[in-house]
Amino acid sequence: MGDEGRDKGGTGGPGTLDAAFFRRWLDAAAALIDEEAERLTALDSAIGDADHGANMRRGFSAVRESLAAEEPASPQAVLALAGRRLVSTVGGASGPLYGTLLRRTGKALGEALGERTDPDRTEFAAALRAGIDAVSALGGAKPGDKTMIDALVPAAEALSTSWEAAAEAAREGAAATVPMRAHKGRASYLGERSEGHEDPGAASAALLLGALADTAGRAGA
Amino acid sequence: MKMLINVAETVVADALRGLAAAHPELTVDIENRVVVRRDAPVAGKVALVSGGGSGHEPLHAGFVGPGMLDAACPGEVFTSPVPDQMVRAAAAVDSGAGVLFIVKNYTGDVLNFDMAAELAEEEGIAIAKVLVDDDVAVTDSLYTAGRRGTGATLFVEKIAGAAADERRPLAEIADLATRVNAASRSFGVALSAVSTPAKGGPTFDLPPGELELGVGIHGEPGRERRPMMTSGEIADHAVHAVLDDLGGDGPVLLLVNGMGGTPLLELYGFTAEVHRVLGERGVPVARSLVGNYVTSLDMAGASVTVCRADEEMLRLWDAPVATAGLRWGR
Repeated sequence: MGDEGRDKGGTGGPGTLDAAFFRRWLDAAAALIDEEAERLTALDSAIGDADHGANMRRGFSAVRESLAAEEPASPQAVLALAGRRLVSTVGGASGPLYGTLLRRTGKALGEALGERTDPDRTEFAAALRAGIDAVSALGGAKPGDKTMIDALVPAAEALSTSWEAAAEAAREGAAATVPMRAHKGRASYLGERSEGHEDPGAASAALLLGALADTAGRAGA
Repeated sequence: MKMLINVAETVVADALRGLAAAHPELTVDIENRVVVRRDAPVAGKVALVSGGGSGHEPLHAGFVGPGMLDAACPGEVFTSPVPDQMVRAAAAVDSGAGVLFIVKNYTGDVLNFDMAAELAEEEGIAIAKVLVDDDVAVTDSLYTAGRRGTGATLFVEKIAGAAADERRPLAEIADLATRVNAASRSFGVALSAVSTPAKGGPTFDLPPGELELGVGIHGEPGRERRPMMTSGEIADHAVHAVLDDLGGDGPVLLLVNGMGGTPLLELYGFTAEVHRVLGERGVPVARSLVGNYVTSLDMAGASVTVCRADEEMLRLWDAPVATAGLRWGR
């Protein structure tokens, strides 16, 4: 197990947030999204147009293929490549929003790290916060609008405590979208009829954070 | 649910293969999902590029050709295309006179076209955008994503296409397109839910005895559900909703649009009722177009779009067009 952190592109030992760690995270996220695609689509069917699961599955399997083929060597390069692939394969609103989340998180990480390639959890949390801010700016959504932001913002805050706390906060944030009325995206057209359904974007964001906590747990980070 | 498909994953690519086979006047890049008129770029002409989710055929690929679009970018079913498609399309059709992106107001379309515009401009292509948001069923407020773009897309594409044929500059065509959108309003009703290939069945429940008023073009549920109404009652509801919002006076350009699952027999009967209500409201109809133009896969239902068209718009509407989905005057 101790060799897991020394995959290609990685430099550190167990617990290091190196390029290999970020690749494993996105691999785990792709697997989880694949498993949960039908649930995401069912959620989208209630208040959107029933394609969120299929779209996310298509995007993340493209991410997985690109990361395996190109093996980017730094965390920021992993996130940048994954973000670009999501933009160019997902479509809809999810492509630009998730693409921006990963690209801008990667960019912030790169700026904070300089030549280093091994952020700690606190540095990653700050970068994730920058990524979330960019998503907010692009989509115009704020907490309470019944979007992925409702899972991401509490997760980024809880990241100062632990990886698992962040995953839990994302799950709770997604569950908290159930009674909300949608103000953004297609669900907003339903007005009060959007109430009583979990937002599919918040649900997929919670999957991403869940995969992150699992990956960190396995790596002993 | 039976569908005339192979597998859900290849529905869009299969349709593009058919489009290419049936229309040699189009260049169809199946892998990259870009449909271009074969003679593009047309020297000195501003190019028009539109696109959106598939499932609305003939919108948009069926409107590529002389007098209308230069290129279209079909996305996955009901999912907007990605920026790569639009950049590729813009590069293929730009003659140096610039490109107008015609964008329906849906969050995904807007975000992807915005990203594409940035990338295309970095490549030295002049881009202007027009946002189509004609659907009066949606409250345009801080609390929604704004009105959806539906039937008026066809008006904008046709009229701006004719203006581009006259070799007018990009800014002027963008301004005209914006005016056409501002003068247009739509309202749609669904008599049945839509079935997407990915889901293999209806994406929402609409009981047999009910209809959905104010439905969008993606099978997303509308705003209000009522017991089934007659064609005349539906026409009353739809036309009043449109005219109460539109204001102004003068003749209109009318589109009575089928959603894909309603026979023309019903659609023409509904058109008679729509003309009746417009007459009762004192609105002369300058031109009528009836048919399935902005569809939602197999959804039964119809939408009414009117454009308070000035003489210039009517003249450009009458100009020749030669596309798979709309063709007259040559």
